[in-house]
Amino acid sequence: MAADASMAPPMTPAPGSGRASTLQRLARRRSSIAVLMTTPLLVVLLGLVAYPAGYGIYLSTLNRRMTGFMEAEWLPNGLGNFEILFESETFWAVALQSCIFAITAVILKALIGFWLAHMLNDIPAKGQRKWRGMLLIPWVIPPALSTLGWWWMFDPSYSSINWLFQVVGIAEVPWLGEKWWARLSIIIVNVWYGAPFFMIMYLAALKSVPEQLYEAAAIDGASSWQRLRYVTLPMMANIISITVLFSLIVTFSNYDIVRVLTNGGPRDLTHVFASYAFQVGILSGNIPRGAAVSLFMFPILAICAFFVLRGVTRRNKEQM
Amino acid sequence: MSGLKRRDLLLAGAGVAAAGTLSAPMVHGQGTGGTLRCGFWDHWVPNGNVVMRELCAEWGRANRVDVQMDTVTSNGNQILLTINAQAQSRTGYDLMSFPAWEPSNHQRMLEPVDDVMRNLTQKYGAVTPAAEYLGKPSGNWVAIPAVAGTQLKPACVRFDLMQQHAGIDIRAMWPAQNAAGPTAGQWNWETFAKAAEACHKAGFAFGLPMGSFTDAVDWVGSLFASYGAFLMDDKGAVTVRNNAKLRAAVEMCVRISRFLPNDVWAWDDGGNNRALISGRSALVFNPPSAWAVAKRDAPQVAENCWTVPMPAGPEGRFAPYLPYFWGIWNFSRNKGAAKAFLEWLSDRAQAERQTNGSGGYDIPPFTSMSDFKVWETEGPPVGSVYNYPVRAHHNSRTSIAMAPAPAAMAVQMYNQGLNTKLIARIVQGGESVDQALGWVERELNTIRRGG
Repeated sequence: MAADASMAPPMTPAPGSGRASTLQRLARRRSSIAVLMTTPLLVVLLGLVAYPAGYGIYLSTLNRRMTGFMEAEWLPNGLGNFEILFESETFWAVALQSCIFAITAVILKALIGFWLAHMLNDIPAKGQRKWRGMLLIPWVIPPALSTLGWWWMFDPSYSSINWLFQVVGIAEVPWLGEKWWARLSIIIVNVWYGAPFFMIMYLAALKSVPEQLYEAAAIDGASSWQRLRYVTLPMMANIISITVLFSLIVTFSNYDIVRVLTNGGPRDLTHVFASYAFQVGILSGNIPRGAAVSLFMFPILAICAFFVLRGVTRRNKEQM
Repeated sequence: MSGLKRRDLLLAGAGVAAAGTLSAPMVHGQGTGGTLRCGFWDHWVPNGNVVMRELCAEWGRANRVDVQMDTVTSNGNQILLTINAQAQSRTGYDLMSFPAWEPSNHQRMLEPVDDVMRNLTQKYGAVTPAAEYLGKPSGNWVAIPAVAGTQLKPACVRFDLMQQHAGIDIRAMWPAQNAAGPTAGQWNWETFAKAAEACHKAGFAFGLPMGSFTDAVDWVGSLFASYGAFLMDDKGAVTVRNNAKLRAAVEMCVRISRFLPNDVWAWDDGGNNRALISGRSALVFNPPSAWAVAKRDAPQVAENCWTVPMPAGPEGRFAPYLPYFWGIWNFSRNKGAAKAFLEWLSDRAQAERQTNGSGGYDIPPFTSMSDFKVWETEGPPVGSVYNYPVRAHHNSRTSIAMAPAPAAMAVQMYNQGLNTKLIARIVQGGESVDQALGWVERELNTIRRGG
């Protein structure tokens, strides 16, 4: 029976009332109780997600002084900030860099996390816990703090990594001063920080794969690659998709690593949406345009979310 | 029943109460003037906060106002976030410290302080030009140029290295006295570039950052100003195309940047400090904070440091100026007390206490206050920071990069470091001067469109 139609056990009507009042009947419906129980969550979502998002959209339509809507030339009035961004070279460089950063970092995190999860899964249960704990350390340290440690290692003048390179006779690397090295540096830090999250998610997924499937595959003479390709990956597909989506969202909106390591330099070539939005909105006093920059993440992530979640739904239907 | 009626009794009672109140001695208690909530910048120099707390308590006691002081750090841009949050929510402190560009950004929400500035200029004379540009964005003073936190960024020179490798006796050029040395006229960007090359060859390259942090933007801004090279005029028109002065300034900056350490493109505001303190560099542009740290961590370096004005260009000498302001929110409930307090804080006696408390770091906004004793007595070597404030014989003016563009646009140009990126595109990115100028022109037009 559908939840909506179901009723709690009938209560004895009050003497003399004849039948339950409308309020009593409403309170007895499970759907009413469900709405009541979820109200606090809805209030939190409205207050902390919907309102800020709506306010951000509203801000992005204003002029710099926030006294009226931003006029546009070829877009409707109110979308002037977006029009200006479309015409800005720096903004497109930021968009490109954000994509390079997020996609590369997520792929590397997923691969490293997958490999680590397999390694851990093969360790006997007794020793597994301490390795799991140690490998999770990067993920539990606040990123602003750990990035500062990385900054000391990449320091333009006194890099400890360069010092080690010198000891073994390798040329110094301009970690933060050259375009591709700087991009690589922020990706390295993001991967170091985020790979343990993938590891722990994949480890949980690996543990839920029934052992019988592997036994059946072994009887059929499947190689280890075939076991991975035809047993492990299909069983983990949904977890992999959801984890990648979640990480993509978090990586796209990353701010602290870029801010601490490069501040967007050299020549704006390591800025991502969040750090550029902060520079334009807060540092440069143009909050509406900063809001417009940050809103550019939304359509990109919405498209990713659509395809990933559609894949998850499709696989779920196939399994049913 | 007696003849005393209820109405007579009330009248008599009121009379007694009034007589008692009028004849009673006036007993002042803390708080009768209300509460004043202040958010001051958290000073780099620890003693700077101590002095400010003392001043708050002193004025509060004398005026029966409960002055509550918080310090707000600029680390992680906390002060900018606080200002923006309070502006959006229209609640918070009565008065705050505002970094250089913030009075212009929030001018509609700040209480005009023309009356306070009128009183102060009557007493102490003109305000330094860059402070007027930033604090008076639309013809009215919207904030008071602060003493605490305001800095200049002249050259801090290793006089031993400069003498040895570039053949310049910088102390003879700029002695610790109220007159320039006989060779001071030679202290221009041409001499500077030659010295940069010589020191670079000797392994003591000048420590000049070229990233997008303030130290980098400020010194390049000063060089541009001394060539009369501006990216935008005071009307907001882009002045890049066919600008011979701008091209000359860019060429000089490119020339100098080829003699800097390879990693200056990635330096933050601490990069030049570290270069000086480690003994690797013969010159940095910085307030005396780098020298002050060297006194503690590398005394042999500090003993050989001498602060001198910026080199001059064809259009004069410009000192990079990065001030703080004291502003009063228009939602403040105690504007009168806030104005009185800030006027008192700006008075010479209080200004000198703030500057002394910061070891000479804080620069007062009035040129008439360039004679505080602290700059003569600080050392070693004694006289090292004598030429830190702008003095009459320097023939120098304060400036902030991107002026004279309207502040609303200049702040965006400044925070995006357009001047240093212009140079970086040529030197690091391999673009031609024309390509880089074309890029900066397009960026300026983008900024201009938004207003």
